[in-house]
Amino acid sequence: MSSLLRGEEMCLAQLFLQSGSAYDCISELGELGLVEFRDLNPSVNAFQRKHVNEIKKCEEMERILGYLLREVKKADISLPERDVNPGAPLPKHVMAIMEQLQRLEVELGEVTRNKEKLQRNLLELTEYTHMLRITRNFVQRTAEREPLQVQYEEFPFLEKDTMMDYSSMQRLGAKLGFISGLIQRTKIEAFERMLWRVCKGYTILSYAEVEEYLDSPDTGEPTKSVVFLISYWGEQIGQKVKKICDCYHCHLYPYPSSNEERNDVVEGLRTRIQDLHTVLYRTEDYLRQVLIKASESVYTWVIQVKKMKAIYYILNLCSFDVTNKCLIAEVWCPVNDIPTLRRALEEGSRKSGATVPSFVNRIPTNDTPPTLIRTNKFTSGFQSIVDAYGVGSYREVNPAPFTIITFPFLFAVMFGDLGHGVIMTLFAFWMVLYENNRKLKRTRNEIWNTFFEGRYIILMMGLFSIYTGLIYNDCFSKSLNIFGSGWSVKAMFNAGVWKMDGIHGNHFLTLDPNVTGVFTGPYPLGIDPIWNLASNRLTFLNSYKMKMHFRKKYNVYLVFLPELLFLLCLFGYLVFMILYKWLVFSAKDSRQAPSILIHFINMFLMQGDAVQPLYPGQNGLQVFLVVIAVLSVPVLLLGKPLYLYWLHNGRHRLGMYRGYERVRRNSEEELYLLRAHDMEEGSSHSDLSSSGECQTEEFDFADELLHQAIHTIEYCLGCVSNTASYLRLWALSLAHAQLSEVLWAMVMRVGLKMDTTLGVLFLVPVFGLFAVLTVSILLVMEGLSAFLHALRLHWVEFQNKFYSGMGVKFCPFAFSLLPSSAEHEGLL
Amino acid sequence: MPSLLFCGPKMAACGIVISIWGVIMLAMLGIFFSAKSAVLIEDVPFTEEDIRNDKNPPQNIYSLYNQVGINCFIAAAIYVAVGAVSLCQVRLNKRQEYMVT
Repeated sequence: MSSLLRGEEMCLAQLFLQSGSAYDCISELGELGLVEFRDLNPSVNAFQRKHVNEIKKCEEMERILGYLLREVKKADISLPERDVNPGAPLPKHVMAIMEQLQRLEVELGEVTRNKEKLQRNLLELTEYTHMLRITRNFVQRTAEREPLQVQYEEFPFLEKDTMMDYSSMQRLGAKLGFISGLIQRTKIEAFERMLWRVCKGYTILSYAEVEEYLDSPDTGEPTKSVVFLISYWGEQIGQKVKKICDCYHCHLYPYPSSNEERNDVVEGLRTRIQDLHTVLYRTEDYLRQVLIKASESVYTWVIQVKKMKAIYYILNLCSFDVTNKCLIAEVWCPVNDIPTLRRALEEGSRKSGATVPSFVNRIPTNDTPPTLIRTNKFTSGFQSIVDAYGVGSYREVNPAPFTIITFPFLFAVMFGDLGHGVIMTLFAFWMVLYENNRKLKRTRNEIWNTFFEGRYIILMMGLFSIYTGLIYNDCFSKSLNIFGSGWSVKAMFNAGVWKMDGIHGNHFLTLDPNVTGVFTGPYPLGIDPIWNLASNRLTFLNSYKMKMHFRKKYNVYLVFLPELLFLLCLFGYLVFMILYKWLVFSAKDSRQAPSILIHFINMFLMQGDAVQPLYPGQNGLQVFLVVIAVLSVPVLLLGKPLYLYWLHNGRHRLGMYRGYERVRRNSEEELYLLRAHDMEEGSSHSDLSSSGECQTEEFDFADELLHQAIHTIEYCLGCVSNTASYLRLWALSLAHAQLSEVLWAMVMRVGLKMDTTLGVLFLVPVFGLFAVLTVSILLVMEGLSAFLHALRLHWVEFQNKFYSGMGVKFCPFAFSLLPSSAEHEGLL
Repeated sequence: MPSLLFCGPKMAACGIVISIWGVIMLAMLGIFFSAKSAVLIEDVPFTEEDIRNDKNPPQNIYSLYNQVGINCFIAAAIYVAVGAVSLCQVRLNKRQEYMVT
């Protein structure tokens, strides 16, 4: 468990890998996820590294795999659900995979292109069919009238225009031409207007809409089209009309000149369409077969390619030694895991069949190692809360073990309701029980993922809320009478203080605890339920909650002496006064009990005579405490800089650095000791690690003094503001209780108060509404709010005191932690 | 026979959760009203005349308490029915899920 408190001890190690077995050894390490590799070639850019060609090949394979996955997903084929975990492929197998992938890509591309061509053909034929069918209706009207006069009904304007009548056009030798085709419905009006403007009556346009939706070939979406028929006189007009049709992207089809020709074409089209349907069906079937076959192995390939790419990336980080036969890698490794590391290297060497084994060598270093804190599924949630503020420095005290208790407690103080706590606990319990359900683990919904990761936190918060709910005696804004109330109304009557007539007049009655029999004793756990009915409930609860909070927060401060003294003198004394007042003054003297707040203020102002003292000798004691507190401030301010200054001056004479400086933070002290220890071991400085900044010899007094002054001011002001900040605990619990009460009064009471038979039916939806509002407003909104404030309290007021959080997190090289590129795109 | 399925899987799950909660909470409320708990006095629909014109002092209020209690029990029973319907919906949803794939 010390690992959770302080983090693991880490060391820098060198791995000597034989060239032949380097790949296998790193593959073994990747499976285990033990070590973090350091980059030994930082000045080399990505394109000049040794294995850049292999990485390029891997990326090519990833591209093809991405394409395959997209096609598989489009065809709605489900990927196999089993948890496969193939190992990284050997370089000799890679060529086979690459070939297969390329073949698949080519085949898939061909089949898809064919299918698209066929679909386009089919669309054209269908349009042609529609066009023929509809234009038959245009012409049939006129065909019926042929035996009548020469004047066509379709050309009524010719009667009026003497210049352009049919006979004169025939004499000019102009031929009647037809253009027919389809156009999108959205464009037909503009088309018509354009035709009129350009051709001015030498053309006639008839059109009708096609009833079915046709897939437009460009977008693939169903659109409505319109069949049109243009009749025109003369060649020139015909060319103009053709140009306009091009402009509007019309699909033109040849117009049959006679009915027989039309029927022939229609027959031919029908058979061709049937054939096309068959061919298309077969093609789609074949495509699906190909995709199904590909989908069986594509998942495996994705993982294999990902692992291979990672291994080559790591190989790029290593460097060759002087003999050029062996690779050197530098890793950060937890000290406890070095035997496992040795075994992994042996395993890798054995798998690759190398004669000379690879080995590991531990080297000393001055660099700060990354921080590793081992967590299990329970503690990882709390650790991530602490890490969000900052990852702990190496071997610094980790606040996470304390957070496991304090965080849910602070949340519960702000949330304190029995009913809501029960619901929250049940919800968290359900998530914990089903945590191995694969469907829950793999959802893409980010908000749900956040809740799921924090399921243990929510469980703890729920349990603590139940506890504080019992203390506050608040369950859905009603109190529970478990033990029997300590107050008795009847006793007031017995003592004769109240009389029957007097009661009718008064709206508010006060129960006087001084009268015998009224107050039989304190309630065993929490607040007496009768307070729920009292009107001065809020004032009582407020003062109760404020005292509860002051008492509980001091056990978490870890500070050193002047700070501690400062704190105790002022706030410790306040706590003492509160306790004293509780114990000494009973309800009898309540009229004479002095207010603590006034006393506290007077203490600072050094006026003691105006108010009656709490206990003898109070004045003297208070003065003494204030003096001590005030004196501790300059000690805090000047102590450290003066000490360091003296040490620095003294060191010049001694000529030797002994790192035993007293510093104000535990972690830095450890680090200084560690460095001194290293130096005393007599380690050589000609080591291979890349950074070895030695202890700076400069000591700037002014700098140090300023630093310490800032810290002092920050600390003193922080004390006051932090205490005030804890008042948010009280404020939020008040808000929660009031919201809960309002919800009950406005929703449930309406349902319960209806006493007719209708009331029963009304109660059912009212309860449903109450449930939904409770969950959404009180649980989710208030819960998030309380969570946020508890988090803020932790980060700013608690971790600010002693936690520096400037470390680097240990990221081991592990295949399970690397996302593949396909997952990046959300395909898997 | 037309499909009896009228809500999706998530809606049916919500229905079950609210029904269970409703049954438990309304049943407990019913018990507390029948036990004439003082804390729930403000939820009982009494008026000034009830108190003033009472022949037997607490009996009017007590009968009102009982009435509200019975209301709560009936509502709990209705929620049992709602829960049963939701359960059927959940089962039908699961069956449909198996049939499609």
